[in-house]
Amino acid sequence: MSFLADIQISQIVLSSGLGLILIGLWGMLTQRHIIRMIIGFSLLDTGIHMVMVSIGYVTGGTAPIINDAVPMAEAVNRIVDPVPSALVLTSIVIGLGVTAVMLSFAVRIYRTRRTLMIDKCTESKG
Amino acid sequence: MIKRLFIALVMVMIAVIFINLVANYHESTSLSPLGAYYADRGPSEVGAANLVTAVVVTYRGLDTLGEVTVLFISAAGVGLLLRRTRRTQDDEDLEKGDRAEETAGVHKPASEIVETATQLLLPMVILFGIYVFLNGHLSPGGGFQGGAIIASGTMFLLLALPESHISRLLIAITESLSGFSYVVIGILGVIMAGGFLDNRIMGLGTFGDLFSAGAIPLIYVFVGLKVGFELSAVLDRFRKEDTGPL
Repeated sequence: MSFLADIQISQIVLSSGLGLILIGLWGMLTQRHIIRMIIGFSLLDTGIHMVMVSIGYVTGGTAPIINDAVPMAEAVNRIVDPVPSALVLTSIVIGLGVTAVMLSFAVRIYRTRRTLMIDKCTESKG
Repeated sequence: MIKRLFIALVMVMIAVIFINLVANYHESTSLSPLGAYYADRGPSEVGAANLVTAVVVTYRGLDTLGEVTVLFISAAGVGLLLRRTRRTQDDEDLEKGDRAEETAGVHKPASEIVETATQLLLPMVILFGIYVFLNGHLSPGGGFQGGAIIASGTMFLLLALPESHISRLLIAITESLSGFSYVVIGILGVIMAGGFLDNRIMGLGTFGDLFSAGAIPLIYVFVGLKVGFELSAVLDRFRKEDTGPL
């Protein structure tokens, strides 16, 4: 089991994030139920966030908050990169907005068609 | 069949790329130059203990304004999509169907335990949301997180007391005023300090105090209120009965 010792923490987060991206993409491509497609998108979104957070990790780093545990003078050597964290914060909010709009489209489709299966919505198919 | 095969092929190719990415990944051992700049200069320039907040609200303040705008547009989009316009025969047929579902016991009222717990916990949930956005510059949290907690309080209310009325007018006024004040603070930064959304329009105060870091707590109060009310409005829109405009 020597190879396990070489695995870094951020590598675990990175590979789980990439795994979630694959699952989400697969769900979006194969599922025919609109709610399942939206769940696929959410998984993809979460996976991307995990990948971004793992890229910002610095070996042995802690949260980028200056307090008694991380004095100002040592901050540069002790914290993880604050920029990817800030980007992920933005990305989560925008993912939420996109999901809300997708769900309201789903509600609209259900109101008019009484179904959520994408195969039954064939009017606009070329 | 060909489509399935194609999807499988795409998945396998992406998986190969990802496996290579993970196999050749090396954790960084030091900050990127930009991250190091923020860590080095952030506390003295911005005065916020939470460096993520310093980046989100001040260094990248314009991005955050854009983010708030995106959230506003999506909330407006949800409102537009889920409103009921002219009542047609179809609508009435659908509502008959809905009522049939209701009488069939699909929508039971919440139990007394849930109702009582909601009345007890709701003020605390909202207070916690306010705490989170007031302390955004000192501890993990901030306007968006606090706003989301407030909206979860609304969710709680809608689950326990589905008939409760939420004033759309109050939501619209609070949301518009907070958004407007956010932009005004940004413009004040241009006039009184170094640039748009510069937080030094107020004194930086003692590092680590509640009232420190210039305008950051103020900005986060407005962002928190705006996000909280906006998400509450979105949740309200997803309710079954739409109670008309405003």
